[in-house]
Amino acid sequence: MGFVEPKNSLVDLWLNRAESLTEHGWSEQHRLNAQARLQSMGLPNRRDEYWKYTRPDRLIESTVPSAVTLSSEDQSLFSNFEQIKIVFIDGVFSPEMSDNLEGQDVSIELLSQTKAKDGHWASDMYGQLEATGQSPVARPLATLNTALAEEGVLVHAKGATLKPVHLVYLRQNESSDVMLHHVVKVDSGASLSLLESGPAGARSNFVLETDIGAAGSFRHVRIQGRDHQRLAATHHFARLHQESIFKSFTLTANGALTRNECVIELLGDDGIAHVAGACVGDGDFVHDDTVFVTHDAVGCESRQVFKKVLRNGATGVFQGKILVKQDAQKTDGYQISQSLLLDEDSQFLAKPELEIYADDVACSHGSTSGAVDEDALFYLRSRGVPKAMATDMLTLSFLAEAVNEIDDDQLIECVVEWLEGWLARRRT
Amino acid sequence: MANMHKMANMHKIEVKDGVDQKTVDAVREVGQIYKHGWNTDIEMDYAPKGVNPDIVKLISKNNAEPAWMTDWRLQALERWERMKEPKWAMVSYPEIDFQDLYYYARPKSMIEKPKSLDEVDPKLLATYEKLGIPLKEQMILAGVEGAENAPSEGRKVAVDAVFDSVSVGTTFQAELKKVGVIFCSISEAINEHPELVKKYLGTVVPVSDNYFATLNSAVFSDGSFVYIPPGVRCPMELSTYFRINAENTGQFERTLIIADKGSYVSYLEGCTAPKRDTAQLHAAVVEIIVEEDAEVKYSTVQNWFPGDENGNGGIYNFVTKRADCRGDRAKVMWTQVETGSAVTWKYPSCILRGNEAQGEFYSIAIANNHQQADTGTKMVHLGQNTKSRIVSKGISAGVAQNTYRGLVSMHPKAKNSRNYTQCDSLLIGGNCGAHTVPYIEVRNNSSRAEHEATTSKVDDDQLFYCRQRGMDEEAAVALVVNGFCKEVLQALPMEFAMEAQQLVAISLEGSVG
Repeated sequence: MGFVEPKNSLVDLWLNRAESLTEHGWSEQHRLNAQARLQSMGLPNRRDEYWKYTRPDRLIESTVPSAVTLSSEDQSLFSNFEQIKIVFIDGVFSPEMSDNLEGQDVSIELLSQTKAKDGHWASDMYGQLEATGQSPVARPLATLNTALAEEGVLVHAKGATLKPVHLVYLRQNESSDVMLHHVVKVDSGASLSLLESGPAGARSNFVLETDIGAAGSFRHVRIQGRDHQRLAATHHFARLHQESIFKSFTLTANGALTRNECVIELLGDDGIAHVAGACVGDGDFVHDDTVFVTHDAVGCESRQVFKKVLRNGATGVFQGKILVKQDAQKTDGYQISQSLLLDEDSQFLAKPELEIYADDVACSHGSTSGAVDEDALFYLRSRGVPKAMATDMLTLSFLAEAVNEIDDDQLIECVVEWLEGWLARRRT
Repeated sequence: MANMHKMANMHKIEVKDGVDQKTVDAVREVGQIYKHGWNTDIEMDYAPKGVNPDIVKLISKNNAEPAWMTDWRLQALERWERMKEPKWAMVSYPEIDFQDLYYYARPKSMIEKPKSLDEVDPKLLATYEKLGIPLKEQMILAGVEGAENAPSEGRKVAVDAVFDSVSVGTTFQAELKKVGVIFCSISEAINEHPELVKKYLGTVVPVSDNYFATLNSAVFSDGSFVYIPPGVRCPMELSTYFRINAENTGQFERTLIIADKGSYVSYLEGCTAPKRDTAQLHAAVVEIIVEEDAEVKYSTVQNWFPGDENGNGGIYNFVTKRADCRGDRAKVMWTQVETGSAVTWKYPSCILRGNEAQGEFYSIAIANNHQQADTGTKMVHLGQNTKSRIVSKGISAGVAQNTYRGLVSMHPKAKNSRNYTQCDSLLIGGNCGAHTVPYIEVRNNSSRAEHEATTSKVDDDQLFYCRQRGMDEEAAVALVVNGFCKEVLQALPMEFAMEAQQLVAISLEGSVG
């Protein structure tokens, strides 16, 4: 069992960094708990079933491989919207570039600025949803984040917030290792939109914990920047109470390795959770969507829609699971994962799982993989559309089912435009 | 009295709207009446309990095996001792004490091997007679009583009957020999046809494949051997009937089927065991080699004792079955109806190595009371233009857990390959579980893999056709899905279809994916 030793010493190497964290206050106990949990669970390795298709090595190495930064055109994303913009450069808050952190019916604070306080509303959530989300499958990278992250936003929506909160992650350093831990609380009846964009670090490890009160709603759109060599692991833990609504969409382009995990618990009756993702990858690209939805209440609806476009040896991974507990009757669960392989070298690896203990449910899943439909291509070409453009049109229409999960037309337009740009740059 | 009445009601299955009453009745019947639960009172010869090199040598000696076979077994044992029992399946059972089992049990009358069926102990023959598997060489027509006396229009089925650790006899051997087909027990084949056994044994399921296959490699006592020569279409269906009779005994049989170029064979497997309140282990290995243009149809009706309604006893069925389509256009078809066993752990697989090779897997798995089934298939596409199709129907009732676990893998060189997978599950009552764990790995873009697990996604054209003629959507879906389930049953050879239909008179209304 020689491999255990280096794995543990890597944990120690990481946790040594915790000693340099100086602030005390409300979050300290949560970090200490997370450190202890990490010690006992260890870091992931490629023998772990949950990492069967994606090798975690580069995400847990103690040194960050440097990644070339692209021009920061992503800054202009979502700029047409009224918003509260919060900018981080290499994981450090930039007050100059950010808006005033004030809005109607919403309180926004930075983790670093509240840490010295003794009590905080976020204390009931920070690291708590992450800890719950460790069962039945361990997610050590999220625990690592709880143990070490020093920055993040704490957002508390108390009413129907009008302006979306936009987190912009910029990059200047070629080897920045960024860890952010956000907490979002949406009160009963309140609503909030959260936007995220930008390439973040050469390596990023993000955790977002979201609690949505009864009849509350939370909408989330994220665009992960297009730096080619960046690495990212993100975890989104969400807890839904009665009649609440959760909608999350992620667009990913490029990046050497991205693992997005989303862990949703439907705890109140008649909740709705939709999680969707579209990704486009070219060449050295591994993209992994890992979703775990737990139905623990009556009459809830969950939807997972994931689409991947892969070319030049890119790899797409999907691991999705719907767990329906015994009392979660009248559950409506849906899951689809599809990939479009644009050439011979790309691959798609999927594990769409169902685990059902209630009998009055409708759960379904589907997964397909294949090349561009030759008939559709021929149809377009016979009507005078050049081949490259026709392929792009079919690619966009393939992604549409996922993109249309966003329930805001303006945002859809933004995403489509961005995708068109990506495809246009690759047109031969 | 009133209390007793209440008690009786407690075990009733709660039925939800939309679940067909016939389905409920059929499932209840399958679970509660196990008609093969009797045992044969016969004098047995046991090897001492436990597994060690001496037992392995003893089994090998009893089978009068050559030294190379004994060494093969001992190497397997050595590996097994270093392996760990797998825990990934969604089944739970008390720790098995592998040293507290009998690994070898044979009827005393079998110590001196009978030279022909006429010399076999009548008690053994009566056992199979009672199971509906007459070992006399005669026409049989399954499911029809008195058929043994029927005139010649009936179909012939050659049977190899395995009783605990030994093969009791194989029928129609002489007739099969005329066309060059070898059908005998594996112990016989090791001695009579060592060149074939040496060439093929362990090449599809290697000795170190998995924990239970390795154990089987060390201690397998008997099983069937089939060789179909090039270009021969086997003139009758071949069948093996496994019976566990002795208590605290594990059955470890090994089946090796070789279909040489351009040949065809249909093979049936049946199994039953008496009702006992302690669990028994059955760890078999089936290896199939399919050469160029050959076709093998392998059908199983697995009806081991499932344990009583409180979960006592039953068979732990840990089986490794795999077919290797070595040549171009080789074809294999697995059909299974799984109704028995307390715990099932079984994944009949196809390795599609030749170009244009085809693999098919049709399965109906029913788990009732405390049964747990973790079953499915693996389709490994290596050759170009290979095709596979998976149709799996899982039905759970009582407090049973039913899992479909499957792998579809398209390798980079398996260009233009196709897979279609459909798995549906049905839950009856609120205390059972149905799970789906498919792995889909596509490593080239000219191949297509489709995985569906929803009744609303049955063929759109068929749905449209029904709806266009005035049926509502639900009725249309029910009709199409019902047709589908029948298709699985029809994939079985006639001899089995009758038995299976009785076991599964089931419709899939109200099913979930």
